[in-house]
Amino acid sequence: MIGVGKVKQYGNVLDKPLNKGKTEVSLSAFAFLFSELVQYNQTQVDNIGELERRLEDAGYAVGARVLELLCHRDKGNRRETRLLGILSFVHSTVWKVLFGKVADSLEKGTEHEDEYMISEKELLVNKFISIPKDMGTFNCGAFVAGIVRGVLDGAGFPAVVTAHFVPMEGQQRPRTTILIKFAEEVLLREARLG
Amino acid sequence: MAAIYSLYIINKSGGLIYYKNYGSAGRMDTNDTLRVASLWHSMHAISQQLSPVSGCSGIELLQADTFDLHCFQSLTGTKFFAVCEPGTQQIESLLKYVYELYTDYVLKNPFYEIEMPIQCELFDMNLTQSVQKDRVALLGQ
Repeated sequence: MIGVGKVKQYGNVLDKPLNKGKTEVSLSAFAFLFSELVQYNQTQVDNIGELERRLEDAGYAVGARVLELLCHRDKGNRRETRLLGILSFVHSTVWKVLFGKVADSLEKGTEHEDEYMISEKELLVNKFISIPKDMGTFNCGAFVAGIVRGVLDGAGFPAVVTAHFVPMEGQQRPRTTILIKFAEEVLLREARLG
Repeated sequence: MAAIYSLYIINKSGGLIYYKNYGSAGRMDTNDTLRVASLWHSMHAISQQLSPVSGCSGIELLQADTFDLHCFQSLTGTKFFAVCEPGTQQIESLLKYVYELYTDYVLKNPFYEIEMPIQCELFDMNLTQSVQKDRVALLGQ
């Protein structure tokens, strides 16, 4: 019989349903791709600050798209309006989808009201990367910082996001902290909402 | 007691890219290690020609009275070899494991240039951990 078992053809690609897709990707494949991304950007810049900025920009694009996808797929098109809501969304849902686990911890900064920190023992993107001594404090986690910034910006919480290594006593590898510093308007709005 | 003395990794053109010394005896200076590496590379290549049957993949084991030398060559021509006490077991699986560590922590590192000496902190850390784990068998302690 003709036509049996054929997938329904959609006239417009926008009408096709968003499927869940494969939830797993080969870690090695991603590691090689990310390594190439870093190497490519290294050839284009003169200094480390530029390299960090480029990785962040690459992550920003990912973050914006991840927010749209997750809002549609996982949150039923509901929008976060509160600070803690969006932070726990990033800390759990976004991390779960991107890295397969929730982030290790979410903390509020003690010195400033507008600072929050997401910590991770070892970022997935840094799993195979050893930074040479002469690159100082450079952290390929700038890519992840960019993703977080993309998500927050798209959700209406503009912030400056950076990735830092925090040395831990008793451990050979330092912990990574994503530092989120929200813009003034976010805090004013949050205060108004009560 | 069986113990490992040293570990070498050489690239496909015969240059030494990694050397680790475990024994207290038989310490060599840098120039000597470079010479040993290129010597071994040439011997390995010559052995492939010497074979009376075709399809020889090179020397895998060299036995002398005071040491054994096990060699593992990857498909890409990178050679991993270890000098150890005669009769040490499971060096082959150790070399294959070192190859796995190499593909993980060296080749996936964006700051490593192919065929250059290995200076990756994670590679060193994991190598030390795995040799320590088998310390009784490998370090003779």
